[in-house]
Amino acid sequence: MAIVKEHEIHRRRFGRNAGVGLALLAFVVLVYGMTVAKMQSGDMMEAADHSPRISMTPEVPSE
Amino acid sequence: MSDASLNTTSYENEAGFGDFFALLKPRVMSLVVFTAFVGLLVAPVPVHPIIGFAAILFIAIGGGASGALNMWWEADVDALMKRTRKRPIPAGKVTAGEAKAFGLTLAVMAVVMLGLAANFVAAGLLAFTIFFYVVVYTMGLKRRTPQNIVIGGAAGAFPPMIGWAVATGGISIESVLMFSIIFMWTPPHFWSLALFMNDDYTKAGIPMLPVTHGRRVTRAHILIYTLLLAPVAVGAGFTSIGGPVYLTASVLLNAWFITGAVKIWRRSEEAAVADKYAAERKFFRISLLYLFLHFGALLAEGVLRNFGMEGW
Repeated sequence: MAIVKEHEIHRRRFGRNAGVGLALLAFVVLVYGMTVAKMQSGDMMEAADHSPRISMTPEVPSE
Repeated sequence: MSDASLNTTSYENEAGFGDFFALLKPRVMSLVVFTAFVGLLVAPVPVHPIIGFAAILFIAIGGGASGALNMWWEADVDALMKRTRKRPIPAGKVTAGEAKAFGLTLAVMAVVMLGLAANFVAAGLLAFTIFFYVVVYTMGLKRRTPQNIVIGGAAGAFPPMIGWAVATGGISIESVLMFSIIFMWTPPHFWSLALFMNDDYTKAGIPMLPVTHGRRVTRAHILIYTLLLAPVAVGAGFTSIGGPVYLTASVLLNAWFITGAVKIWRRSEEAAVADKYAAERKFFRISLLYLFLHFGALLAEGVLRNFGMEGW
């Protein structure tokens, strides 16, 4: 078997690696898109920052 | 160094990207995507398009993951059947261990991501679907009982229910009816296939109904399940997801399907052998169309509703 620089297996491996790369990239784009969509829909955007804040504390029933 | 040799066999069979994709059973995935999409769209709660797209994608990946796990477990019988011999594991492209790791990783990822993208009712249903298909059907029922596809059919019936749960966050009569249509449709669909693919199943030792009880009994079972399916399918037309379009389509399709099932039931084995199971093959094709058009009609009702044309 002649030793050649480019074997068919290299193309196949490149295809596999490119496929995984594109899938990961698509995943990142999707998570970004989901974040934007959730924020636009007005989902909970505030998180605890270790200090009480009126918008984060439960309502006290008025007498 | 006086000698050099290359071990060519080790990588000649190395998997490409397509081989891993084939593990996901893309054809089954297309049915999952379509029915889940219909379930999501006919629900009364609107979903942001990106969230809807992501949810359908994760449902499809979850379905694909269970396909990969099924191929891992079934590699030995897949090698025996003409229909499945070229799958990546029996073809030597992917090892059983790789398929298992691939399937498990995707399954966990799909469930967690669906929970984050939509809600944990939908994610729980997806997790149960994967568990049901892999553990209950593939590992438990498939090689033990001729009722394998009756019970196992539930796994394929969950996607529209998951789609509905993505939108509504719950389960209701409409989503249960969509589940029931696919659940009741699965036995006649697979048994008609088993009637003309019997040799494959016999060789692999899978106890399909024609193998264990003969073709006569199978023909009767196809008719019974087709008759039981009709009221479920037509009944969905009277709920909030139905309407005149769906009801008309459903009545016509069920009449067509029952006619086909009666024809199969009345046929003798000699007649079937003589024309190489032409009626059974036709019934199998009709069954695919039956399901596609039922969900297509539900989709049409959903779209009409969005344009202000309420079904009922």
